[in-house]
Amino acid sequence: MKALPHPLSPDVRPLTLRDLTWLSASLAIVIAPHALRAPWWLTLLTLCLYGWRFYSMLSRAPLPSRWLVIAVAFIGMLGVWMEYRTLFGRQAGVLLLMLFSGLKLLESRHHRDGAVAAFLGYFLIITNFLYTQSIPTALVMCVGVFAITATLIGFSAPNRSARDNLRTAALLLAHAAPAALVLFVLFPRVNGPLWGLPQDAYAGMTGLSDTMSPGNLSQLALSDAIVFRATFEGEPPPQPLRYWRGPVLWDFDGRTWSAGLGHLVNFQPPRGAGRSYRYSVLLEPHNRFWLFTLETAASLPERARMSFDGQVFSTSPVRSRLRYDMVSMVNPEREPNETRSTLNRALRLPAEYNKRTLALAEGWRRAGGSDADMLTRALDFLRGGRFSYTLEPPLLGVNSVDEFLFDTKAGFCEHFASAFTVLMRAAGVPARVVTGYQGGDLNPVDQIITVRQSDAHAWTEVFIAGRGWVRVDPTAAAMPSRVDIGLARALPQDQGLPLLMRPSMEWLRGARYRWEALSHKWNVWVLGYNPERQRDLMLSFGMRDADWHKLTAVLFTFLGAMTLALLVWSLRRLTRPDPVQKAWQAFCRKLAARGVVRAPQEGPRDYSTRAARALPAARRPILRIGALYIALRYGNGADKPATARLQRLVRQLELA
Amino acid sequence: MINALLDKRPRLANWLYGFTPPERGVVVLVHRRVYILPTQLGWLFVMTLAILLIGSINYALSLGFALTFLLAGTGLAGMVHTARNLARMAISVGRAEPVFMGEAAQFRVYLDARSAFDRPAILARHVLSRSQMVVDVPAGGLGEVVLAVPAARRGWLPIGRVMLETRFPLGIFRSWSYVEPEARCLVYPRPERSALPLPSAESARGALRSPTPGNDDYSGLRAYQLSDSPRHVAWKAVARNEDMLTKQFTGEAAAELWLDWAHLPHFNVEQRLSRLAGWVLEAERSGVQYALRLPGVEIAAGRGEAHRAACLQALALYEGP
Repeated sequence: MKALPHPLSPDVRPLTLRDLTWLSASLAIVIAPHALRAPWWLTLLTLCLYGWRFYSMLSRAPLPSRWLVIAVAFIGMLGVWMEYRTLFGRQAGVLLLMLFSGLKLLESRHHRDGAVAAFLGYFLIITNFLYTQSIPTALVMCVGVFAITATLIGFSAPNRSARDNLRTAALLLAHAAPAALVLFVLFPRVNGPLWGLPQDAYAGMTGLSDTMSPGNLSQLALSDAIVFRATFEGEPPPQPLRYWRGPVLWDFDGRTWSAGLGHLVNFQPPRGAGRSYRYSVLLEPHNRFWLFTLETAASLPERARMSFDGQVFSTSPVRSRLRYDMVSMVNPEREPNETRSTLNRALRLPAEYNKRTLALAEGWRRAGGSDADMLTRALDFLRGGRFSYTLEPPLLGVNSVDEFLFDTKAGFCEHFASAFTVLMRAAGVPARVVTGYQGGDLNPVDQIITVRQSDAHAWTEVFIAGRGWVRVDPTAAAMPSRVDIGLARALPQDQGLPLLMRPSMEWLRGARYRWEALSHKWNVWVLGYNPERQRDLMLSFGMRDADWHKLTAVLFTFLGAMTLALLVWSLRRLTRPDPVQKAWQAFCRKLAARGVVRAPQEGPRDYSTRAARALPAARRPILRIGALYIALRYGNGADKPATARLQRLVRQLELA
Repeated sequence: MINALLDKRPRLANWLYGFTPPERGVVVLVHRRVYILPTQLGWLFVMTLAILLIGSINYALSLGFALTFLLAGTGLAGMVHTARNLARMAISVGRAEPVFMGEAAQFRVYLDARSAFDRPAILARHVLSRSQMVVDVPAGGLGEVVLAVPAARRGWLPIGRVMLETRFPLGIFRSWSYVEPEARCLVYPRPERSALPLPSAESARGALRSPTPGNDDYSGLRAYQLSDSPRHVAWKAVARNEDMLTKQFTGEAAAELWLDWAHLPHFNVEQRLSRLAGWVLEAERSGVQYALRLPGVEIAAGRGEAHRAACLQALALYEGP
């Protein structure tokens, strides 16, 4: 006999309109963020593919042939290649996946293809996380998971109502949540990547660079993006002391400062009686090696080194959120000595540019005085020069310092730091530019300091014999309010600042503080959960050196217990006896005790009639119980009062 | 492949599946009897999870991990739900109407959910004949499937092994169980419908008068009984919305016909039974009184559905002289 096709096999059940609607709706949720990022023609093409599938479903037209699908795929790939010049980059690869979701839909005939498309949907969810892992994204993707799961359930139960399927999906995900949590916490984490990532994997990360030319920082200051968050143990340092050290720049070509060559040194903690601060930093990925520390670092994080100019470097580029613990000391005693070659490097200037500035400083030098006097004169010059502080500085030419100091007299911190350092060097005082961040926003809700790109800053360090490298902030000298109260109030009203930075938006800031406190928790506990944090957490549970053996053992214990609990739950739901049935069984037992045993094939009507005949004293209640049971069991379902009446009748049944 | 092996080795199957057929009364699928394995789609799901996990590690995506683990948990929960969809369901089989050899016996299998949740998409499949049907069993209710089992031999046809299977909810696991309830269907011999004349009256005690229409005297109506032929139901009365009534005739009683094993000396046993079954049908159709004689069995003359069924049953269960 020929085998019939298996009706439950997904290979043979064709997709219905309902299945297709569910499938494409849930795919639409997960590709929506990509569709907004994609070039318009690709979004349009993908939408057309979805529409095509619906058209052939509704008009019962045959699906396009395999060759046509391949041709469309080829055209799409060609277009992506022309747009990005690669097929395997992050952006290009993700957009191709989005296109493939449409192509897969177009060749989906049976539930099996539909299920594969749904799995592709699960995969598309994760590609969204390459771009952002914020709370809103997570919420939208939760909806995506829910919809795809409901779609899969719809495939395996084609005759069930959509509402029931949604309920089952919710139940499944609720049952999955504890296991997911346990896996998330206990699954042994390893540090990626496992292999090379596409070249554009970390494209588009903004932040400080190892060069600085006029206009760099003021551009950066327009961005609201978070650089890092710092949590202090105890009182955080006040705003004017919050200098976060970043790249140190040595070499000047007349317009641009660059870090140049450097070398790492053995770390030696600073001495002195300055106040120490203990804090942890959660650094957003910036694809560079440097870490930001409060000046001056008194400890080094794990896997970090210090350079000769006091900058802290990680051993690998920061490509995922990095958390490190630090101790810093404010105003420590400084190393009073410096090598000759370093000091010479800190005096080097191109002679052919900024001649007016060089002449001015050389004039001061000729007039005589110590290095400290030079410093004072330069600061006085900046203070008295009617300079203005602006986020939109005028464009400067090749002699950028001359133009800033004598012509435009308007600039951002990089202009002040650059000009001041040039003045110092020209006056014979070794000086270097330090870039980093100044200040940061203290969140009153959770006492966490958030530093944004808009806090980008540049200052100068000069070498004074006997005192070592001393920080001088020329911006603060010219515009004291910048450092005391922050950028927002130092600038003229609402000058091009990000909306939320504007002082007039106080009420919005309150809401933002709360939101940021939540995001910080999210970043630390969800996104920043890495091997180190896992080890710390296990330690706090009392598990020493949690390696993957131990973690796996604990993990499987938990998962086993959880599956067992789930089984017990399902059993409980099963064995909970129907109250009507229970009452009936009690009734049968009572009668059996009096010798009237129900025969296996005997129905309730026959049985109660027979029992009534056998026990005439209780004839009426027996017949009533029989009738009531039949009505409840085979009628239009049991209602509460009738069930209660049956239970009462059985309980009160007296068989003398 | 394993299933094919088990079909050939019933005792091995009994040991493996934990029951000895046939099972009396209502069969409850206890956990011990419900099996579960991933489907092809399930392995694909596992592959998807592996890719998600590798991607999460490679790109250090915390939410990727969260998604992977949520889906892994969903798979686990799905496994429990798939097993639960069959577990502790109660199976019983209703009465199957007798059929002729060569037709298909229609076994009604009742699936009692016995649970507060519904049990969607349950496949019941007759293992040998592969006849199958999918049913959704409502919460606390009953689902009914009809399995058409070809009747290849006369006599009692036991229902045999029935597989119940489900892939609900995610389709990534397949859970199944076997039952073999005690249920059987009577299979009459295949009636030979050759246009043979009815045996002549001389061979019997009575005389056969050719039954001519209009000769039968309509004598009145009586209450319908299950065994009455639909031909005799007073459909006009039914149409008037009255109870089912059966027309009674008296004239037919005059003819009496013996259907005798001995009439067919040149046939073998099955051919004789077939011929006799054909005669029973023919006689019933023409409305004569007929009696049946087999070696060791004799059924007195009669007429009507019950009589016809008794004759056919005697033929079906005939064991030889």
